[in-house]
Amino acid sequence: MHSYINSGNKDTRSGFGSGLHDLGKINPKVVALCSDLTGSLKMNAFADEFPDRFFQTGIAEANMIGMAAGLTIGGRIPFTGTFANFSTGRVYDQIRQSIAYSGKNVKICASHAGLTLGEDGATHQILEDIGLMKMLPGMIVISTCDYNETKAATIAISNYSGPVYLRFGRPKVPNFTSPEKPFVIGKADILTEGEDVTIIANGHLVWEALEAYNALKQIGISAEVINFSTIKPLDLETLLKSAKKTGKVVTAEEHQRNGGLGDSISQALSLNNPCPMEMVAVNDSFGESGKPDQLLKKYGLDAKNIISAVDRVLKR
Amino acid sequence: MNNSIELIPSQVRRDILRMVHDVQSGHPGGSMGCTEFFVALYFKLLNHSPQPFNMDGENEDLFFLSNGHISPVFYSVLARSGYFPIEELNTFRKINSRLQGHPTTHEGLPGIRVASGSLGQGLSVAIGAAQAKRLSEDKSLVFTLHGDGELQEGQIWEAALYAGSKKIDNIISTIDANGQQIDGSTDDVMPMGDIGSKFESFGWDVIQIDDGNDLSKVIDGLTAGIDHSGKGKPVCIIMKTEMGAGVDFMSGTHKWHGIAPNDEQLEVALSQLPETLGDYPL
Repeated sequence: MHSYINSGNKDTRSGFGSGLHDLGKINPKVVALCSDLTGSLKMNAFADEFPDRFFQTGIAEANMIGMAAGLTIGGRIPFTGTFANFSTGRVYDQIRQSIAYSGKNVKICASHAGLTLGEDGATHQILEDIGLMKMLPGMIVISTCDYNETKAATIAISNYSGPVYLRFGRPKVPNFTSPEKPFVIGKADILTEGEDVTIIANGHLVWEALEAYNALKQIGISAEVINFSTIKPLDLETLLKSAKKTGKVVTAEEHQRNGGLGDSISQALSLNNPCPMEMVAVNDSFGESGKPDQLLKKYGLDAKNIISAVDRVLKR
Repeated sequence: MNNSIELIPSQVRRDILRMVHDVQSGHPGGSMGCTEFFVALYFKLLNHSPQPFNMDGENEDLFFLSNGHISPVFYSVLARSGYFPIEELNTFRKINSRLQGHPTTHEGLPGIRVASGSLGQGLSVAIGAAQAKRLSEDKSLVFTLHGDGELQEGQIWEAALYAGSKKIDNIISTIDANGQQIDGSTDDVMPMGDIGSKFESFGWDVIQIDDGNDLSKVIDGLTAGIDHSGKGKPVCIIMKTEMGAGVDFMSGTHKWHGIAPNDEQLEVALSQLPETLGDYPL
């Protein structure tokens, strides 16, 4: 069995809120903007304690993104907060021109990503955001797996100069990474060492990958589970070392197959170390209303599907 | 008025036409219509220090061009006010140039603080910068320029609502009201109604400049705008201009929005514009 212990289910968005609040206390340059989702993004603590540094834009995400670009004047570090759908697709051109192309030090923080936002359904369940953001030149793209990692990433990205997209989610999920562990942008984290297959996951599916690890262990398969929370830049060194060792790779993510983590891993492997690979991801489909666990099951993203993908890749 | 400033617009228009002609692309019409505005701002009213250029511009007035396609006038005025060598104007829209078709920070051109070209974004950026100045207790101002056609973009009204509602009174936004856009007149394409009363209803203080191609009227209007700042409302200046102003056959039509003059047309146009400060070398 793997050694990771769930210290109690918590939502990743609360990790963001807590990290942002800490940043408010330690870094006077940090400012935050929100488009009428302060409670959902858990930005209240920051807004209450630092009202001068908090900008409520109302339901106007394009204006929020533009304002964030302008707020960088004087070395300020703006963090924008809204749902992932409204953080990316709705404001893609604003991000592209006013932030990415203009090289502005803005942190685009996006909650309620993926299917697991649940009952709100497909209008809000963006599964294309990572693809959109990783295509932008110079954009750092991060999808964190639990409360602790999200909090650490929120703090870490304030120390990086340049645009960042930080993706997290709505539901309470296992919190298992160490609260002491600092987040390093671009560094994948090997959670379990293994010999037979590499399972690369991020976001909520990292815990599913660890569940798969336990089940595979019982049937004698040794899986190396790696948390690839940074999609861009991709940690090639960790990827290639593991892929060379196991020779088989499975990716797992709460995103479209096109444009996601698996897509980046596949590109890196085919350019550097071609090997059999299977992808656990949403396959060219929109989501729907339901409970997070029901949706992960229906759309083929839970531990069982990761185990099936391992089974397939080992036969190749 | 200072005598020397009156010499500048003719030279800036020569720069615009020569730049656009040289590469047979770019946007001369709006550039020529806004020449007096840029000259008034950069040579008279803006509190700025071109050398060395500082992106943060602390204690400087800042300007954001939202309708980035009128880059020729912006580049000419930036060069002639000391941000970069005047000779560099001959690289406009050419490969490996800092003078991209639309302005950008990406190539490090001094004087540019954000990329623009995709319309409707500059007001939001300027509001952010204005808020940053407030946080720093920096009393200087933030200026913007927008096309009237650009006001058809929804983001403008998100930003206008924010600035009015939150009383961002260190921002002065000018609308180039030339009544033209690519497909025709704004009245034909998408009638704008009364732009001034729209901004007023969004909580802005509105000032009119009835002839934006009269340098002294532009200076007076912008000066009035500065006087109106700091009084609890953002300031909007509606500046009536002629697209293509300064050359008879280019004036008052949308046809020169994005078309370069040919050799013959350039010669006729330049004959109407005295070379007051020396052309940049081609």
